[in-house]
Formats: sequence, structure tokens, C-alpha cells
Amino acid sequence: MSATFLGIPPFPEAARAAVNDSRLRHNLRKATHTIRDKRGAVVTELEEDWERLRSEGAAIKSHTLRHLDHYLEQLEAAVERAGGHVHWAADAAEANAIVTRLVRETGETDVVKVKSMATQEIELNDALAEAGITAYETDLAELIVQLGDDLPSHILVPAIHLGRSQIREIFLDQMAEWGVAAPEGLTDDPRALAEAARVHLRERFLRTRTAISGANFAVADSGTLVVLESEGNGRMCLTLPETLISVVGIEKIVPTWADLEVFLQTLPRSSTGERMNPYTSTWTGVTPGDGPQEFHLVLLDNGRTDVLADTVGRQALRCIRCSACLNTCPVYERTGGHAYGSVYPGPIGAILTPQLRGMSSEVDEALPYASSLCGACYEVCPVAIDIPEVLVHLREEVASGPGHLGEKAVMKGAEAVLGSSHALAAAQRAAGAARNLVPRHLPGMAGAWTDTRDLPGVPAESFRQWWNKHEKGQS
Amino acid sequence: MSTSRERVLARVRAALADVPADEPVVRPVERPYADSHGMGAALEVLEDRLRDYKALVRRVPADRLAEEVAAALERRGASTVAVPDGIDADWFSRTQAELRPDGRDRPLELRELDGVDGVVTTCAVAIAETGTIVLDGGPDQGRRAITLVPDYHLCVVRADQVVDGVPQGVRRLDPARPLTWISGPSATSDIELNRVEGVHGPRTLEVLLVE
Ligand code: SF4
Repeated sequence: MSATFLGIPPFPEAARAAVNDSRLRHNLRKATHTIRDKRGAVVTELEEDWERLRSEGAAIKSHTLRHLDHYLEQLEAAVERAGGHVHWAADAAEANAIVTRLVRETGETDVVKVKSMATQEIELNDALAEAGITAYETDLAELIVQLGDDLPSHILVPAIHLGRSQIREIFLDQMAEWGVAAPEGLTDDPRALAEAARVHLRERFLRTRTAISGANFAVADSGTLVVLESEGNGRMCLTLPETLISVVGIEKIVPTWADLEVFLQTLPRSSTGERMNPYTSTWTGVTPGDGPQEFHLVLLDNGRTDVLADTVGRQALRCIRCSACLNTCPVYERTGGHAYGSVYPGPIGAILTPQLRGMSSEVDEALPYASSLCGACYEVCPVAIDIPEVLVHLREEVASGPGHLGEKAVMKGAEAVLGSSHALAAAQRAAGAARNLVPRHLPGMAGAWTDTRDLPGVPAESFRQWWNKHEKGQS
Repeated sequence: MSTSRERVLARVRAALADVPADEPVVRPVERPYADSHGMGAALEVLEDRLRDYKALVRRVPADRLAEEVAAALERRGASTVAVPDGIDADWFSRTQAELRPDGRDRPLELRELDGVDGVVTTCAVAIAETGTIVLDGGPDQGRRAITLVPDYHLCVVRADQVVDGVPQGVRRLDPARPLTWISGPSATSDIELNRVEGVHGPRTLEVLLVE
């Protein structure tokens, strides 16, 4: 059984632990600032066309969502015409059952995977494991998370909370158990770590006959699926196996091939801060003699239609998972992704997760408060999702919900909790102030975060390690 | 009992009750954004971007292509080279390297592909602004696997295949074909969000720009 978000405490409590973890804070700050600077440069380069691309991207996605039934049927027909098979899954259990059955039909017990948020959301790897099927993650960051029995903390870079030396340790400790061992004398040079991943996965790519992916886009008129990636693990999975199964959320559709003109400009620039990511693969059904000869598309609802029904919250489905809102968020920078208790962390997670899960728990109800409403996320979003607007909308829902008073809900707010006596008491117990790490003070509501930010850190350990101990200590 | 397909579609339709029934399903195509961004002469920009990605680039005159292909393979020390079976045989008239032709009807075994020193192909289109080369599986580009498994990819790009911007590139491509967009050698940004070249795809990309 791999790691799970189940049991992580609501955001305010989880966040408090995270902001006290100085190594985590250091890793996050370094990574998010690196990417912010790169993004800024390649976005500025497009001058005023950036805003035009951004509003066109938003318009394409909004239009698609308003006619989603039409485009779903069009996509289904196009994929089947091109030789693919289309399956529909109303929820996670159904999607997992479909994929498990499809893998079983291939007779294989090993599958390789391309990084995919949808399959993480439905916890596909666990479902496959129960059926005796091992899913091997092949994206470098996903590999690190899988080997480390850790949880992803970022949409694009799931191991963003780890620094190079931690990654080296995980490789040395765990690679041998999963396949080819890490080389002796492995250093923490990123080049050496990438080489170790190459060697570790090479055989597996050449041998494995079934692959599972997600998709960044599904083009309704042509039936084309699109995957953007960097390392070539995606190409390996999409090209070499005999069978390919792609699990894709129903909101991933764009109407026409030409719509990709927009997103292939905005997504790489927003996500890795590059003019273009190293590799993009597109495929339409099956191509005789080239690539997988069996292709299955699993269309996933799993709460998306509930989000669609909310005319304010609906815009969250425009998200193209670039992660720019995470990288720019002052709250995310301090807490990291685990505190959000979901595969979708950061600002987008704060609006998407509670809507997908129906605000059914304390964790979900706290998420709309995991923000200072500073608006930086909206500024950078390449599909112009007004995240603060949705946050406020969801807060109203929480406050007016059964058993909730407005005041009680406000007390769940990050700012209230981090300024509470509990947080101060915890801080006073710890010793030594890392004052040189303190960033500029933030104005307004976010002030509470920076007030906490320069409090001394508890011993360096990951949030998960902390939580495991904490949980054990309590029960 | 309704199928999941019907259930999901019914839920979608119920969720969209606020959308007026007469709202057009087809969006008027306006495309208010630029086709390209005036960043300079296409070949110069392409060369600059490719170098930025740490690809090797050479501008070569068309009548010297055979010599340049031979020289590139020799610099690389490539003695066995996979080639798509539709590629121009003249380009290899000067090289000593042993060619391993691959086609959809006569595919090389994966192990064989893993054993060659490199692969030589053309492309369908190249996009200057983003330093992107797109392969579409045409007879001179071959199956997707041949440009993926070998560690060295030598790509011959003709000047007339180069466009300035992404929209122009998208319009030249046929989505029915399997496409591979390549912007520099394989890389990762997963360690502290800095780009490091060389993971699973070819770790060396060399481009001959033919003028
Ligand atoms: S909400 Fe916008 S900025 Fe955030 S991941 Fe989605 S598309 Fe990117």
C-alpha cells in the first residue's frame, strides 16, 4: 500500500507543521523562485500577445465546458473512428475497475506509467496493486515520490519538497528494491541523479508491454490526445508498449486541433518557464505499424460534473495544470503541497479539491480558507481562472452550510490559526531563529503568514514524517 | 439500468441547465493572437533557440549535405545508424557508417534499435520561436521508436520547413498522424526546478539546417 492523503489533518493544523520545517521551506523557496523568474522572462517576451493568448485560452475552455456533452460525444466518435476504444467512468472506483480489467486482458502484471494527475486522483496504483499489478512511475519526480513512499506535493514537480541530497539518499536506499540499483558513489549532482534514473528505467521501458497515461488535452474534432513532457519517459510509454490506456478527465477537451495553437504557447511558458517543453506527443487512435496497436481512452467524471453545475466554481475546470499558481502563491511557498491534503495542492487545489469531493469533510471545508486572497494566482493563470472569486464563493458556502456559523468558519482561516496562541506556544518552545531566511514581509491578510514565517523551525523533517509521528503520539 | 456513458452525459446536461438552448455550439473563429512575434529571421531564431536547449546546430549548404552528414556521424563516432527507409539515400553517399533501415513493414527489433549509435531523419516542420522540430512519421522520419531509443538524433531541417511561430506550425500539421514535437534533447526540471539535459530520450540532438 502506498502513501495516502487520507488522515492528513485540516489545512490550518497541517500548515502549522509545515511552516516550522526549515528544510522544507528552504527547498520550496529555492524551487518556486527559480521557476517564477524563468516564467516571468518567457511570458514578458510575448509582450501584449500574452494577454490575448490568455483570454483566448480562457474563452476556448469556457466555451467547451458550456457544451461539454456535445464535445464528449464528438471526441468519442473521433477516437473510435481512428481505431481506439472509449470507456466512461462515473467515479474513481469505476475508472479503477475499467483499467484493472483492461490490464488483466493483456495478461501483464507490470505496467509503466506516465505522470498523470487523474490517475493519482483516483489512486489507481493502489487499485492495481490490489489486483496484483505493479505500476511503475517513470517521471523522475514521480519515481522519487514512489521510491520514497512519499506523497506528491506539487502538480508538475511532485518532489519539489525534496532537495538533491534527499533525492540521492532515496535513490541509494530504494532503487535496488524496485529494479536496477543506484550506482555506487552516486553524487547529488542533478546530472548524476538523472543518469541513475535513466539506467534504472531503461530495461523496464524496453520490456513492458502495457502503459498507462493521462493527457493534457483531448481534441474533439480529430480525436487526438496530447501529452507534454520533458524527459522522454512519456514518449517511451506512449510509443513502445503494445497497449496504451489513457485516463482523462472530461474537462480536458478542446474543440479543434487549431485550439492547440494557444495552449502549446501558454502551457510550457507557465509551467516550466520554457518556450517549449522538450517533448510533446500527439496521437490519434492507432497507427498501423507505429506505436501501440491497442488504445483505450477512459473518460473520467469523478465529481467534475458537480463542479460544472456550480456556475461560479465551474471555471476551475478550465485549469490546464500548469502549476503557475502554486509557484507564485505566498501560502504555498511556506506550507508546501502536503498540507492541502489532496493531489491538487496550492491555489487551484484550494478551489478544485473541495468542489470535486463535495466539501464533505473538515479538510475540504478548511481549504477555501487556505489563502490570503492576494490575487497572485489569478494574475499568472494562463486560462484566467479567478481563484479568489471562487474561494470567496466557497467560503460563503461553508459558512452557510449546516452546523456552521460564519465566525467558526473564519476561525478555520489560515491567518486566524497561524496567529493563534497554539502556534505561538509551539514556536516559543523551539530554539534558534533562522532569521537570514526570512523573506520580505507580506501586506494585509498574508501578514499573519510572515509573522509565523520567522518563527524558529522545529527539527528538519518532512511534513509526512512529522505527521506520522504526530499521529502515532496521539492514538 | 443506464450505462456509465449515459449517466455521465446526463449529469453533464443537468449541470449545464443555465446554458441557453440556442447558444451556438460552434465558436466563431477569431484568433485574436499573433501568428508569430517578430523575433528575427526564422533560421537565426531557430538556431539560437536550439543552442539554448544545448542542441548542436550547423548551417549547411544543400550541395554539401552528404559531406556534412558524414562529418557529423564521424564526430559522434557513430558506426551503426538507424534510418527511416524513405530517407534520401544520396545523403549517405559519403559516410562509412553502416545504415540500418527501418520501416513500418520491416521494423527493427527494439534490442537492435537500442544497439545502434544513432538515428538520422528529416522533419515535417520546425518552429523557430520555440526551437521546436516536429516529426510526423512520414517516410523520411519513420516510426516514433527510431528517434527515441538511440542516444543520438541527427535531424536534417530544410529552410522551407521552418516557420516563425507555433500557430503557423500547427496549421501545417495533420493531427491524424502521430506527431512528436522535439525542443532540444531530453531534459528534466524535476530537481530543484533547474533544467538538466539528458534523461530517457536521445541525450544528444544535432540539427543540420540546410539553406
Ligand atoms: S489554476 Fe491556472 S495557474 Fe493554476 S494550475 Fe490551473 S491553469 Fe495553471
